[in-house]
Amino acid sequence: MGFVDGLQCRECGRKYEVSPVYVCEFCFGPLEVMYRYDEIRERVTVGEIMHRPKTMWRYRELLPLDQEPTVGLEVGFTPLVEAHHLAEVMGVRELYIKNDSVNYPTLSFKDRVVSVALSKAKEFGFKVVACASTGNLANSVAALAASAGLDSYVFVPFDLEQGKILGTLIYGTNLIGVRGSYDEVNRLCSEIAQNLEWGFVNINLRPFYAEGSKTFGFEIAEQMGWKLPRHVVVPMAGGSLITKIWKAFRELEELGFLNGTSAKIYGAQASGSSPITVALKEGQDLIKPQKPHTIAKSLAIGNPADGYYSLKVMRESEGWGEDVTDAEIIQAMKLLAKTEGIFTETAGGVTVGVTQKLVRQGVIPRDESILICITGNGLKTQEAVMGQVGEPVIIEPNINEFQRVARLRGPL
Amino acid sequence: MSRSNVRKKINLTFPQHLIKEPVVYNVGRKFNVVTNIRTASVTDEIGIMALEITGEEEEYQKAVEYLREIGVRVDPIEMDIVE
Repeated sequence: MGFVDGLQCRECGRKYEVSPVYVCEFCFGPLEVMYRYDEIRERVTVGEIMHRPKTMWRYRELLPLDQEPTVGLEVGFTPLVEAHHLAEVMGVRELYIKNDSVNYPTLSFKDRVVSVALSKAKEFGFKVVACASTGNLANSVAALAASAGLDSYVFVPFDLEQGKILGTLIYGTNLIGVRGSYDEVNRLCSEIAQNLEWGFVNINLRPFYAEGSKTFGFEIAEQMGWKLPRHVVVPMAGGSLITKIWKAFRELEELGFLNGTSAKIYGAQASGSSPITVALKEGQDLIKPQKPHTIAKSLAIGNPADGYYSLKVMRESEGWGEDVTDAEIIQAMKLLAKTEGIFTETAGGVTVGVTQKLVRQGVIPRDESILICITGNGLKTQEAVMGQVGEPVIIEPNINEFQRVARLRGPL
Repeated sequence: MSRSNVRKKINLTFPQHLIKEPVVYNVGRKFNVVTNIRTASVTDEIGIMALEITGEEEEYQKAVEYLREIGVRVDPIEMDIVE
């Protein structure tokens, strides 16, 4: 069932057969999955897609598997909602939220990329899969590997908070705490990936893994009626998601599935980890690595692998990018919860906060459609809003006491 | 320490003050490794290079340590993996 035409280097264009490789042997550039779009155009229609089960796999011809998927069969097709109350507060006419904070099974968009990675790992015959992660990726790999009957290893900095470790250990993964800095964890995992025959989801399976993010973009287009919002705001960590959402939109255009105008893509980062938005605002092509320091841990990547390509997407789409402070992140998380009943993690606060900033700056017009990408659930970063959401009112068990309090608070 | 030969792909980021210095040449002089530049992009503010280093493990480690000591950022070719 596969329509993959091989792998191709994003830098020099050299082609490779499909295998668990991720860098070009010639120039060390990253490899990208290529597809036979002409065949896909003949084999699938919008009407057929719309009759398929409501999961990410309804777009399977545009995903890099040769066989039917075997992992994460229920993942995706998360809600896309119109955010009327948030729109009013922000002073914009038309605002939408694509909400992966309720993605199945581990409440983040990582379930998409991991489902593809692990399905492909099984195709390649890997018995062990692994990742290095402090949060969403760890949860997802551990959970989906368990459901797939694969052994898994998750590498974390040894001093990671208990709450985050629990959310990964519960699935029975092998959790390895590395006594070292993030850089040292990076180096160790790179070495392990080279020496052991494991499927490291974002190393030797990276070209396939990354393709899973396109389904976020496919779903946006379908749920908007096979047209695109005019402005789409995407959080940036390593920069892969924003490039894949753009690729998804371009693929649908290539296949003739879309009506209407194209989208402008905006990248969102935390000011404490903003190597991409800094390069964007300085008009640079090269990314200066930073030492991350932000509460938005899932976006805290100091040397983003897809930073250069994220810049290209923002510029080619005539979008832009911004970053927000930790205080602005928390304010935005609370605003989204109070206006739309969506409790997102700090990365979501970044994206909402950046959208507010870009609207205030006049970069995003108030009278055009805007979509905010929410990628993870607030339950995963509760510590960020601890002590910031008020306290319960404690009363004696009598109605007079309650009425006194209620009068003070307004409803009576 | 292992004496086995290694061939590593690394990403180097040069700060501004090292852009005009013959850093890779010096690595080849000081340590028993072979360096092979695969790509490089240099502006007046920053330099980024994809480099292959081949040699005994111990010499490779010393070369990387030297690069870090003089202020070059050394990452695996995959860049940041902790997501």
